[in-house]
Amino acid sequence: MAIVLDAVVQLGQLLVVLLLAPLLTGYVRMVKARLLRRQGPPLVQPYRDLLRLLRKEVVLAHSASWLFRVAPYLIFATTWVAAALVPTFAAGLVFSYAADMIAIVALLGSARFMLALAGLDVGTSFGGIGSSREMMIASLAEPAMLMVVFTLSLLAGSTQLSSIAVFMQGPVGLRVSLALALVGLVMVAIAENARIPIDNPATHLELTMVHEAMILEYSGRHLALIEAASYLKLLLYLSVIACVFVPWGIAVSGQGFAAYLIGLTLYLVKLSGGGLLLAVFETAIAKMRVFRVPDFLGAALMLGLLATLLLFVSRVA
Amino acid sequence: MALEVLLWCVAVLLGTGVAAVPAATHRLATSLVYGLAIGVSAIALATAGVVLLAGGPVASTLKLPIGLPWLGAHFRIDTLAAFFLVVVNLGSVTASLFGLGYGRHEETPARVLPFYPAFLAAMNLVVLADDAFTFLFTWELMSLSSWALVMAQHRRPGNAEAGYIYLLMASLGTLALLFAFGLLAGASGGYAFDAIRATAFSGHVSAIVLALALIGAGSKAGLVPLHVWLPLAHPAAPSHVSALMSGVMTKVAVYGFVRIVFDLLGPPSWWWGALVPLLGGVTAVMGVLYALMQHDLKRLLAYHTVENIGIIFIGLGLALAFEANQMPAAAALALTAALFHVFNHSVFKSLLFFGAGAVLTATGERDMERLGGLIHRMPLTAFVFLVGSAAISALPPFNGFVSEWLTFQAILLSPALPQWSLKFLVPAIGALLALSAALAAACFVKAFGVTFLGRPRTPAAQEAKETDRWSLAAMFVLAALCLLAGILPGHFIDALAPVAQALTGENVPRQEQLSWLMIVPIAESRSSYNGLLLFAFIALAAWSATGVIHRWASAATRRSPPWDCGYPDASPLTQYTAGSFTQPIRRVFGSVVFRAREELRMPPPGDTQAATLRVRMRDLPWDVLYAPIAGLVGFAADQLNKVQSLTVRAYLTLVFGALVILLMVLGIWQ
Amino acid sequence: MDRLALDVAHLFAGGLVLVSFMLLYQDRIFGLLNIFALHALVVSVSVAWQAYIQQAPHLYITATIALVVKAFVIPVALHRIIVRLGIHREIDPVVGIGQTMLAGIGLVALSIMVMLPIAAEAGTLVREDLAFALSVVLLGLLMMISRHNAVSQVIGFMSIENGLILAATGAKGMPLVVEISVAFSILVALIVIGVFLFRIRERFDTVDVSTLDQYRGGRP
Repeated sequence: MAIVLDAVVQLGQLLVVLLLAPLLTGYVRMVKARLLRRQGPPLVQPYRDLLRLLRKEVVLAHSASWLFRVAPYLIFATTWVAAALVPTFAAGLVFSYAADMIAIVALLGSARFMLALAGLDVGTSFGGIGSSREMMIASLAEPAMLMVVFTLSLLAGSTQLSSIAVFMQGPVGLRVSLALALVGLVMVAIAENARIPIDNPATHLELTMVHEAMILEYSGRHLALIEAASYLKLLLYLSVIACVFVPWGIAVSGQGFAAYLIGLTLYLVKLSGGGLLLAVFETAIAKMRVFRVPDFLGAALMLGLLATLLLFVSRVA
Repeated sequence: MALEVLLWCVAVLLGTGVAAVPAATHRLATSLVYGLAIGVSAIALATAGVVLLAGGPVASTLKLPIGLPWLGAHFRIDTLAAFFLVVVNLGSVTASLFGLGYGRHEETPARVLPFYPAFLAAMNLVVLADDAFTFLFTWELMSLSSWALVMAQHRRPGNAEAGYIYLLMASLGTLALLFAFGLLAGASGGYAFDAIRATAFSGHVSAIVLALALIGAGSKAGLVPLHVWLPLAHPAAPSHVSALMSGVMTKVAVYGFVRIVFDLLGPPSWWWGALVPLLGGVTAVMGVLYALMQHDLKRLLAYHTVENIGIIFIGLGLALAFEANQMPAAAALALTAALFHVFNHSVFKSLLFFGAGAVLTATGERDMERLGGLIHRMPLTAFVFLVGSAAISALPPFNGFVSEWLTFQAILLSPALPQWSLKFLVPAIGALLALSAALAAACFVKAFGVTFLGRPRTPAAQEAKETDRWSLAAMFVLAALCLLAGILPGHFIDALAPVAQALTGENVPRQEQLSWLMIVPIAESRSSYNGLLLFAFIALAAWSATGVIHRWASAATRRSPPWDCGYPDASPLTQYTAGSFTQPIRRVFGSVVFRAREELRMPPPGDTQAATLRVRMRDLPWDVLYAPIAGLVGFAADQLNKVQSLTVRAYLTLVFGALVILLMVLGIWQ
Repeated sequence: MDRLALDVAHLFAGGLVLVSFMLLYQDRIFGLLNIFALHALVVSVSVAWQAYIQQAPHLYITATIALVVKAFVIPVALHRIIVRLGIHREIDPVVGIGQTMLAGIGLVALSIMVMLPIAAEAGTLVREDLAFALSVVLLGLLMMISRHNAVSQVIGFMSIENGLILAATGAKGMPLVVEISVAFSILVALIVIGVFLFRIRERFDTVDVSTLDQYRGGRP
């Protein structure tokens, strides 16, 4: 019986992330607009966008192959599964043991692999520029992310996000390594989600875009899936940051309905806080040149390494 | 029993090789040789598989009265040998299957058919050998038969040079191994491995043996900076032989290293655990960076072999570090990760080389810049190549990810090591490993994207045809294995348990009885991975998305010219090429590692000349290590040239001087 | 209380190392000045915290000196000098920023490796502080050798001094007199360097110190 209940909660988490993801993006866009003293689109605009895209016909290039049509489904599915495996309102759910943090990073890598291939499929120069830059960014962001995982797992003795979340709820104390890991993780999250200063999610100015260039040829339902995947990815990174660095309130599997409800409420609060900070940060900073990005991500990698090193200096807990 | 079967298999292969010499030009020779090779290798594969799965510490030995009269030839099969025999024969079966189709396009079958079975036999024999003489003899046989296969198309530009460098490096490696066994056998001359195992070695001797094993086995496997021959020689051979050399022969080299260092040499010192992973990490990153700069599909794959050998050596080195500090459980994990990667790499590298071979037969091109759009003409090959690319890029749910994940788990155990330098070094190696995995993904986006996607860049690519059924069968078998080992890794890890048990005295906990076919290398609270569940989840999510979209969304699809921001260009030459794809990565890493410099020449305004961009890169290991040695040898040869034309008196003086010096040495020695 | 106090001290010291890395990462002069002010601010907060937990009032004076002189006076003065000289605003590094940072990580690892066994018997706090302080000093030196620009060399020099202060306060017992004299010597150094900057600028129209090399005697 318990396992059925657990599976239901897991399924609930799967749906929660899917339903919340567009809301988060809409919220970030709204806050950004308000900070610029604009009215901005309403909160539910991303949902409307998705619905509208689903109703539109698909325009395929003549040179598009089967990979181009399959890729959106795979990208969406992989990202969705990865997002659902991160503890959001409850940790230690039955399927969360299917993948640890390294596997979640690698799942996102699979999604990116498909996306970059789809960018090359039609054979246009903008698709190529996007894929090429995306892979350059990823080649530094992924190791940086893994170094952060490294630090956390050395500290918590586990690479499972659920175990890390439970560990961080305990008396951890202030640690330099954690601070460095947080900074590194935020830098990676910004790069991975194609936010300012790495990439501009709002631009369609050809030479400054990375993510948008890859999906230039997509339309209709395919584009809807890819947009949904990128909403999910933003939610995923915010959830990871929330579950590791502000783990308070996350319910542990089997604590019952009330705990889940508290967890969900606090999760919403954390998301809105994170979204607010992201919007403020994005408004305050300017986009950087593409060839400054390696320095930025290199710094994140260094922070991850430094965090690991400093772990050895800090006293034994 | 198993040993006899395997030796008979080897004998049949050798016989086939001999028989193929006169018969090679016959119409049916190709089918017969490859068909026989499939059958014999399949028997050998089954036998080795049975030995491995039966497990247990029992090893059977056999002594044949051939070779040196007072020594004979010793053969032995234990679980380590059985595992490597599985790798060798799995590669042989699929390569022969591929060869059934591919071999028909061979221009000069007489240059391939006799040596191919001999090569297979030699690789089996190296793994079975149980004394130093047999090991070295069969090792040399393996080198020479593969050299003959590399030289099969010796008139192609560059192949002769590749063969020459291969021969030089192979001789160097054998020489190093000769010295290593000489030291191991010692003054008493116990060349049988049993006698060597029973001896204890002093610190200096074992350090020198380690260095020699690294040179000998490392040069064959492709450790940086001894890798120079590999990307030249592997692509020069016919594609199924390239697959065998890259996927299997390098693994035999790894076997040689493991046999010498883990089995024969006795307990390691802790600094071995710093040296070997560092070499592995540097090899992994250098290999993938070299691969990124390549536009030749087969050479790119060969450089990826260098990368993966680096990953394997990271695992092996960690096992040494843990073993030196009496942490057998961690050592078993690291060793299992390395061996699992040995298996995985042999599977996906063979698959990728077969794919490259199929492309080569279909288009006659290895240069990616002249391909493109093959996914339309060769959809099946494109599909399996995609599976192989995802597997080698360590993407879940395929097998490459699992072994790299296990290596990471081993790295995460490093803080328990007592030495400070290891505590600091191993996380840095983890960063190198992560970097190489991410760069590998970039490299295979390039390899697959430029070769198979986009629009065809040449008429040859435009008129490509799907490859034959035999080749496709071989590739699909391997692609299925990539997925199978990725979603059911527990069974493969369990199969490796007796090997780890024999070498480290401990093994990774049994995975079979875990619920949901999960893998848990240390403890469930620490880390777990479930490829099957992930695969099912992804399939389920994709299926439900498809269902929802087909039910409610618009199904209308229209074909049109590409949008491309309103500037669709007619010529396929304006697509992103391999060179332009890697330009950002070249600017980030290449400017340091390869001293890459870009030179842009713009004609003055008003001039209609084309602008040119030249990229200059330097191969540092070559420039720093090999060029001076080559220069020195050339200088010495020039000097010695003068000796050719001396007077008789001068020659007599030389002989006399040599005699006196020898006598003096003898006198001083006593 | 004790554990939290140690944690906070640890955090400040580690933060100083982080700010040193930020100094290495900067490629604009005014950004560099701001980060240096932050560097001094972290040092003074760290010293003040030490004063609080060690109950050593004289350390408050040290903290105040660091705050006033290095977080305000020196950055403002350098800022004005730069504006008056109109020297260009990009710093050109000798080697790439990525490689410099990589070298910096190596230096931190080195200082931890050196300090941990040596100071094994000392208290935890002292041990950590010494490791961090040595890192800051080495990073400052790295900054001095990896930049062409004289202004960044000055800042590297001052960050070394900050590292020394961190070491001294952690070690319980740097006399106030020493600290004050160090602070004054830094001021004097600033004046000397300021004059030096003017002189270079007058002569060579740039503050890139590599141009000085051309005028060295005894070179072929």
